[in-house]
Amino acid sequence: MNQKDLLGLKELSREDIESILDTAVPMKDIIKRDIKKVPTLRGKAMVTVFYENSTRTRTSFEIAGKYLSADTVNLAVSTSSVQKGESLKDTVKTIEVMGFDLMVIRHSMSGTPHYVSRNTNMSVINAGDGTNEHPTQALLDLYSIREKKGTLDGLKVAIVGDILHSRVARSNIYGLSKFGCEVRVVGPATLMPPGLEKMNVKSYHSLEAALKGVDVINILRIQKERQQSGLFPSLDEYANLYMLRPEHLQAAKEDVLVLHPGPMNRGIEISSQVAEGLNSVINEQVTNGVAVRMALLFLMMGGSKNEVAS
Amino acid sequence: MGFIDKKIIMDDLALNRALTRIAHEIIERNKGVNNVALVGIQRRGVPLAERVARRITEIENVEVPVGILDITLYRDDLTTLASQPVVHRTAVNFNINDMNVVLVDDVLYTGRTIRAALDALIDLGRPKSIQLAVLIDRGHRELPIKADFIGKNVPTSRQEVVSVFVQEVDGKDGVVIQEITDS
Repeated sequence: MNQKDLLGLKELSREDIESILDTAVPMKDIIKRDIKKVPTLRGKAMVTVFYENSTRTRTSFEIAGKYLSADTVNLAVSTSSVQKGESLKDTVKTIEVMGFDLMVIRHSMSGTPHYVSRNTNMSVINAGDGTNEHPTQALLDLYSIREKKGTLDGLKVAIVGDILHSRVARSNIYGLSKFGCEVRVVGPATLMPPGLEKMNVKSYHSLEAALKGVDVINILRIQKERQQSGLFPSLDEYANLYMLRPEHLQAAKEDVLVLHPGPMNRGIEISSQVAEGLNSVINEQVTNGVAVRMALLFLMMGGSKNEVAS
Repeated sequence: MGFIDKKIIMDDLALNRALTRIAHEIIERNKGVNNVALVGIQRRGVPLAERVARRITEIENVEVPVGILDITLYRDDLTTLASQPVVHRTAVNFNINDMNVVLVDDVLYTGRTIRAALDALIDLGRPKSIQLAVLIDRGHRELPIKADFIGKNVPTSRQEVVSVFVQEVDGKDGVVIQEITDS
């Protein structure tokens, strides 16, 4: 992989994705050492700019940078000059001229990282843009699946929940498709986006039918902040129809993996028994997220990248 | 840019005899191997370390732990390379504290790999000592680093490339000098 930005998985090749996942393997070893630090990115600076809330994505980018010895700064948008009306373009320019090499951005509007990328020489990583993509989440999902299954090729993966609003689902679909996976999506008809057939995805409305014979179940969070009223009657009804419970796992393969990008709404999209159960890799996903982000930072913050890109 | 073979410096027999001698020297220097571990530097240092360890076991009847060290993340030229080198795994699955650790690599040249390896190793613990075994020392050091155990000293020019082949990676054993050509 040799590119300035990571804006989405749509643009990445299978080889790019494999190179990131392969690099994440030795990175994960570093996290488990007594001395969790290597000098690799000494003298490089990165900033995380989150216009939406986040616990794990922002923290894991920050600690990934620190494990690699980059200087990492978090711009707290809620206490920044953004509140005084500074435009995004000016904020980005201000950050750039401080000498940062890389910017991680999350924004509620789709396409924001692409806009930033066109207006800066810094490397840009999309940490979630509206309902478009969340590439690093999908990469850590792919890593978690590959680590447990040994391969991604040809697996059957069900993505459950609010597909319409989910950037995690979109990035996963792009990524998994590149490995020939059979991707199924399941949820209420009102939460299915148009054009799924074009993405080569099968949609289901019955959880039981969708889970039949799958290798992986990826449960999405019901995003209360993105629900306009009326897409489904109530959270109780959603939980009745789509909450993943232990009995649902019977339909899937015996060694099925259960993933959830977090934060979990226990009792709405996933039951606690499944979240804590033997098939769940939800906690390990978080560790893998740090490893994958370390791999990305290493691959993107290498020396002469800027001249190559521009 | 291509390479032409100029000279065979070691055939398979010579290579394996050198490893046998290095095994004896490690035992002698450390007065036995009770506290000795070998750590091979990716990639060809790894099979060399494993072979030296097997010879030590044959001679002393003691197993010595063998680890794998990848120094990519410790390189001093990462910011000048056009694209990032591939990172391999480091696997030192024993405690190196208070051990006499012998680093093993195929070729000692500028010394920069060994500088990186020293830093990488010290991030894993505090060995009692670190020693260095190399199959070939070709000179041209850029740092104050010197090997403790050497298979063969080979005077070279900077236009030349010393290529070590090992069965485990290349399907054959041997060392050749090659010259870089423009064609």
